[in-house]
Amino acid sequence: MTFLDFVEGPMFYAAAAIFVTAGLWRIIGILRIGKKPDLAPARGSATAGWWKGNLRHFFPRGLFAERTWMHILGGYGFHLGLFVLLFFAAPHIAFIERFTGLSWPALPRWGFIIAAEIAFAGLIVLWVRRFSDPVMRQISDWDDHIGTWLTFLVMLTGCLALQESVVALRATHMLFVNIWLIYFPFSRLMHAFTVFLSRGATGASYGRKGMNP
Amino acid sequence: MTNIAITTLLDQTDSDIAAYLEACVHCGECAEACQFYESTRDPKYTPTFKLAPLVKAYKRHKAPLRGIKKIFGLVPDEVTEDELREWEPLIYDSCTMCGRCTLVCPMGIDIAGTIRKVREGYAAADIVPDGLKQARVNVEKTSSPMGVTPKALLAQIKHQEEDTGLKIPVNVQGADYLALFSSHEIMASPEIIGAYARIFEKAGLSWTISTEAYEATNVGVQIGSGPLAAKLVQRVVDEAERLGVKYVISPECGHAYGAIRWAGPNLIGRTFDFEVLHIIELLDRLRRDGLIPAGKKDDRKLTLHDPCQIVRRGGLLKEPRRLMDDACSNFVEMPGAGIANLCCGGGGGVSANLRAEELRTKAFGVKLDQIDKLGGVDAVVIPCANCRGVFEDGLFDLDRELEVIGLGELVAETLADDPPKPAK
Repeated sequence: MTFLDFVEGPMFYAAAAIFVTAGLWRIIGILRIGKKPDLAPARGSATAGWWKGNLRHFFPRGLFAERTWMHILGGYGFHLGLFVLLFFAAPHIAFIERFTGLSWPALPRWGFIIAAEIAFAGLIVLWVRRFSDPVMRQISDWDDHIGTWLTFLVMLTGCLALQESVVALRATHMLFVNIWLIYFPFSRLMHAFTVFLSRGATGASYGRKGMNP
Repeated sequence: MTNIAITTLLDQTDSDIAAYLEACVHCGECAEACQFYESTRDPKYTPTFKLAPLVKAYKRHKAPLRGIKKIFGLVPDEVTEDELREWEPLIYDSCTMCGRCTLVCPMGIDIAGTIRKVREGYAAADIVPDGLKQARVNVEKTSSPMGVTPKALLAQIKHQEEDTGLKIPVNVQGADYLALFSSHEIMASPEIIGAYARIFEKAGLSWTISTEAYEATNVGVQIGSGPLAAKLVQRVVDEAERLGVKYVISPECGHAYGAIRWAGPNLIGRTFDFEVLHIIELLDRLRRDGLIPAGKKDDRKLTLHDPCQIVRRGGLLKEPRRLMDDACSNFVEMPGAGIANLCCGGGGGVSANLRAEELRTKAFGVKLDQIDKLGGVDAVVIPCANCRGVFEDGLFDLDRELEVIGLGELVAETLADDPPKPAK
């Protein structure tokens, strides 16, 4: 078995299993804590509030944009760029097709380059702010930095492996992907899923009051 | 002491709070919505940073996957008493639980609601500012944080009867509405009692004030003591149900409304036999039902302050604005008015906390800047007695002059002179 076979085979299966199992464990663990039913008569719908809360916070409020524009640009750039790379890069679609049989049109090479540049720029802005901004410095911990660096390395090795001409580069990319998958459910990277619980909880609570913060 | 605090913090952590703690990405956006940070630029006032004791306790004792993390030494140490005390000013002095940070949070985290839970841990361990401790002592003696007794209430009612020429009903069995007031209103602006008497007379309402339950202020909610908050709500519920009223009117006081309307049934563990209405909600209903038609408008340049617990966290956004539109011809809105409006700087018990006075005045300065941007405002209409008190103190400290008035008073002053409609 070559190193590439290992990182794309047994190690990937193990990493994916840990990602799914630990991720579900964490989400279910949060939900299992439970909460008491709200006895106050509702003025609005908690269910509608849950959805509104989730959708509303995708869009930053203009009132604060003057002071948070850098974070908004960095955050949106990184997340949108990463989403496009993850689901529309030709090698990723081929990889997913190998396991699921599902396929869809890939980005052209120039599209990949633009998405990668936007994602890198966004991630770097967010990371630089972690140590250059006094507020971010105050609240950041090791998990924030490790999560950022792991994501950066996954993206960087992915770009290096884009040509798919050097086996070692592809294997390196897969190695970091596996490490990232294992780290993900134990870290703050889980915000990709817990965000919906958080926004939903606030949205439902405010929704009962007839508000949409 | 520390164990009680930690146990209570963990008990307070339900799945919503856990979701908040798990979702925070440490982006720091919340600082930009917090006027304590805005007025000091000190990073320690970043809202999410204030939650640190709860975050530590949760990660160590309650978070999913903590067992695996413990193997690798990745769970935090136990929260210490020193840490709890170090964070106390952040939790009580620099957070009014205004909830503005939630608006800017990309994760939608209700930091204000979480601070309320953290205060439960602090109150259980009795790590509470002296000002709030004194308010608790007063409440236990008289049911009022300012020590307002039934005798003092009756004296103020008598004065208002003389001023208005109206009989103000007291302890009337079978009345439809039971009106509550805050201590601040009874002692500092008793004319609000007369204003309501005039409005209710015009609307033909059957209402009463009770000498057993007149105080709406709930110090338990401010301190973070669930048991005390429940006791204060129960007192009102018992009296309202004894009198057989259909409605309890929460006064122009922000947290009092949240305490009885939204938290009340959950605090005492059952629904009420009556409906809770905020006075603004009631006035808006009476106006729309044609029972209190508006008369000549106030033509001064007026703006409206949105008390956080009534508007952003209470759900009453349109009602005060409809009343303002009816009552004045030159109503101007502040930037971010409504759901994103700035706090007065003294909610959530901060105004009762002497230690926080300097910080509160700085935070109020940000609020004042918001009003100054409008230019030439003659008066600010404030439907919350606590906010009014903070405005008056802040204006005095900053050597500024600006009239502050209650919305109920404004409505009373601008009622039409036509004859009242028959009672419903």
